[in-house]
Amino acid sequence: MADMKIGAYVCQGCGLGERLDTKALTLVAQKEGKAHVVREHEFLCNGQGVAMIQKDIDEGVNRVVIGACSRRAKAEAFSFENVAVARVNLREQVIWSQPATEEARELTQEMAADYMRMGCAEAKKVQAPIPNPEHGTNRRVLVVGGGITGMTAALEAARAGYDVLLVEKTGALGGFMAKLHKRIPYREPFADPQATGVEALAAAVAQESRITVFLNSTTTRTSGAPGRFSVDITTESGQTQTENVGAIVMASGFTPYDAAKLPEFGYGKSQNVVDQAGLEALARAAAAKGEPMRRPSDGKDIKSVVFVQCAGQRDATGTHLKYCSGHCCNTSMKQAMYFKEQNPDIDTAIIYTDLRTPGNGEDFYRSAQRKGVIFTKGKVASVDVNSSGAATVHFHDLILDDKAATMKDVDLVVLATGQVPNSGVNIDIPAGAEDVDVAKAAEQSVSVLNLTYRQGPDVPQLRYGFTDSHFICFPYETRRTGIYTAGPVRRPMDIAQAVEDATGAALKAIQAVENAGLGRAAHPRSGDLSYPTFRREGCTQCKRCTVECPFGAIDEDEQRYPQFNESRCRRCGTCMGACPVRVISFENYSVDSVGSQIKAVDVPDEFSEKPRILLLACENDAYPALDMAGVSGHTSSAFIRTIPVRCLGSVNMIWITDALNSGYDGVMMMGCRHGDEYQCHFVKGSELASYRMSKIDDTLKNLNLEKDRVRLLEVAIADIKRVPELINDYAAKIQEIGMSPFKGF
Amino acid sequence: MGDINTAMTEQYRNDFLKEVEANVEEGQWVKMCMQCGVCSGSCPLGPAWEHPPQEIFMMIRAGRRDEVLKSESMWMCTSCYNCIVRCPRELPITHIMHGLANYAHRLGLAPKMNPTRRFAKMFWKNLTKSGRVNEIQLSVGLYFMDGFKTGVARAWAMKDIGLGMLKTGRLNPLGFVNHKGCKDKNGIHKMLKKAREIEDRRKGFAA
Repeated sequence: MADMKIGAYVCQGCGLGERLDTKALTLVAQKEGKAHVVREHEFLCNGQGVAMIQKDIDEGVNRVVIGACSRRAKAEAFSFENVAVARVNLREQVIWSQPATEEARELTQEMAADYMRMGCAEAKKVQAPIPNPEHGTNRRVLVVGGGITGMTAALEAARAGYDVLLVEKTGALGGFMAKLHKRIPYREPFADPQATGVEALAAAVAQESRITVFLNSTTTRTSGAPGRFSVDITTESGQTQTENVGAIVMASGFTPYDAAKLPEFGYGKSQNVVDQAGLEALARAAAAKGEPMRRPSDGKDIKSVVFVQCAGQRDATGTHLKYCSGHCCNTSMKQAMYFKEQNPDIDTAIIYTDLRTPGNGEDFYRSAQRKGVIFTKGKVASVDVNSSGAATVHFHDLILDDKAATMKDVDLVVLATGQVPNSGVNIDIPAGAEDVDVAKAAEQSVSVLNLTYRQGPDVPQLRYGFTDSHFICFPYETRRTGIYTAGPVRRPMDIAQAVEDATGAALKAIQAVENAGLGRAAHPRSGDLSYPTFRREGCTQCKRCTVECPFGAIDEDEQRYPQFNESRCRRCGTCMGACPVRVISFENYSVDSVGSQIKAVDVPDEFSEKPRILLLACENDAYPALDMAGVSGHTSSAFIRTIPVRCLGSVNMIWITDALNSGYDGVMMMGCRHGDEYQCHFVKGSELASYRMSKIDDTLKNLNLEKDRVRLLEVAIADIKRVPELINDYAAKIQEIGMSPFKGF
Repeated sequence: MGDINTAMTEQYRNDFLKEVEANVEEGQWVKMCMQCGVCSGSCPLGPAWEHPPQEIFMMIRAGRRDEVLKSESMWMCTSCYNCIVRCPRELPITHIMHGLANYAHRLGLAPKMNPTRRFAKMFWKNLTKSGRVNEIQLSVGLYFMDGFKTGVARAWAMKDIGLGMLKTGRLNPLGFVNHKGCKDKNGIHKMLKKAREIEDRRKGFAA
């Protein structure tokens, strides 16, 4: 750019002035970095220092290089409107990561000088981003599912002042909760089952003027992006109407695990074996008649009831559900109390392996014990029902280690089967076939949202059919921006948790429409205005970006070029890392902006004994860990040159080959954990990076380089002590294999 | 005592639990056990118990009446109160153990030769006779519980302690014959008789 004018500033505060020759650093910026204005300041982040920079900006500086603390510190002080700012981390990752000795002075100064060069190089290649032009401003929220989760989300959003469309598949609101006799208590003293209150809630939804309810309807087509979704709502009779919404809450709930798959427990063989839903139906029917519950097979009085926990759940054999559904222990206690209410002399036994009582369930558990519900730690093997309708439960008593324990003359057996999420089509090719739930296969053919996204019609799933959500940091987020799943479709849960989940999802939906309206990114780069663009003439239509985008943001246009749908984008740059022809870039982050930093480093010759190691560190976890290592006084090798990246997924292979070609002795990458227990903020970024890097061996072979020249590491934000150790280990390794032969070319 | 002794209990029915709740001191707490096993792990004599408290509680719920009442286990309790202190459900485990032992004894189901039981009986007799414990009679009785020969051996083994106590005036050998009971011996006997009557009536023991 012709009118580019760089201002480079070096701070002398926080010990920088004592440890570094700041004058020399400004000269580096001036001579090598081609900065037009260079200044030192004794306390750059104070009002005076900031005013000094602002004055230069007013006089024409449009790229600012700040040699001071980490970009994670003083972000507000150093934010200047419409000006691209490059932060040079001289404090945490130079002077604090190096020993404060006279001997270390030379290497520390070299490190600082390199970082100044890198900062100036970056400043030349970046621009202050402007909001994306494709953003939509629709502020309505669509809620799919009219159960407790959906109704709560709708009410929360409406009461916050947002119009809501509520789509329910059946003819009435209420969902699974409407099928319950009573619910697990959610108020002090957590002692007795409470009324569900579902009618009142449904009435509140019906009365709320901001909510439009569509009964007997499904979402048959969903396209667009946050702020400009277009949704076809089709009724049972086939009438379709198209509505525009800004964000979507998917609360499609769960289906109870099919107890017919548990013939060993007598289900289907006798009416006296029911699942938890079946018992609720019995209790409701009896309550409607004002009568006590009776034995379903012959209407006799019930004297003994046995609850079988984990029926078809937590199954290690792979036949049934592998997971715990969380609510069932509390639910069985609640149901046992139905009988204790009816007649305290009815024997109620709950056979469990591990009693799990989330929420205030511990009080509820005590209350059940007080009422005389008997808890037996054991594993049920089988249930036989004789011709007169009396059941015998065979189980392994785990406390008394009696493998042949039995409960005889049981009138009713209740199976605690689990929750199967209604998450629609599994769009990912399952990685491990054993994780695919057999039970889900049939239901999976029906999509919930019918998205027109190139990657598939529903939100991606993590495990067992539950939708993917970053449950450490961003539990409500899915991998589809602006679409939030809540309730048991996200993870197994009870009513109280679903209400909380729904509230969270409603707030996230509101955040999404607001962000989308301003053209800003949603989490984790919340507020980021940059967005990916591509050089059309360079694109080979290989489709890697559309396939690899963890958020399904990229579709194809009519001419088969990528179409970015900026509002769906989370700005991780995975597409940029994927692109083999390097045509994808952001205004403030590109292949060139990082590449030129790599090239800006001064690489000493082979005989200097000063290797150069490039470290590409994920800015979410690894880079903060490096900063905090410095803060904590953990020193590490002075030969490292760190560049923060948005995600390891954005690392383009060209950076690695460029670095090795220009004489770096090694390249390290630090990203988040991937796999099922992933911690990657962009879900798939670190996984993709590790996949791509698994192919680097060929490249290294072609260059005739050792395998250890490139190392990919998983680190977490808390690895403050480990990170410098990893650096030092790698520096020692490089020392061992020797200097790169590519220096000086 | 006959009827209650032959009461039929079905496995894993609440009959025995209800019996324990009605008749055993602090028995109403048994249902509150959550089977964490902290009591069993805390008991200093734990490894010596055939059925640690956690298991006893489960056996009660499982209706294993005979096994529980004939067990030596609860007689092992030394009242150190570790389990009570540690029980997250605040069950008075020590008291329940003593309550069970007492109940088993009253039913005549407790193991006859259990040393704790025998000593307890001896202590009770000694105490209630005069309303005050005669220590020397009690210790001699304890030594000679299993016959003359073992009695002599036990007394011999304790002789140094005995002599020491004698020297410091802690042991009065004359007490063996010259025991001072409490003033109103008959009053105490009456009181105990009445208490026994009330207990028997409440717990359904035949008089």
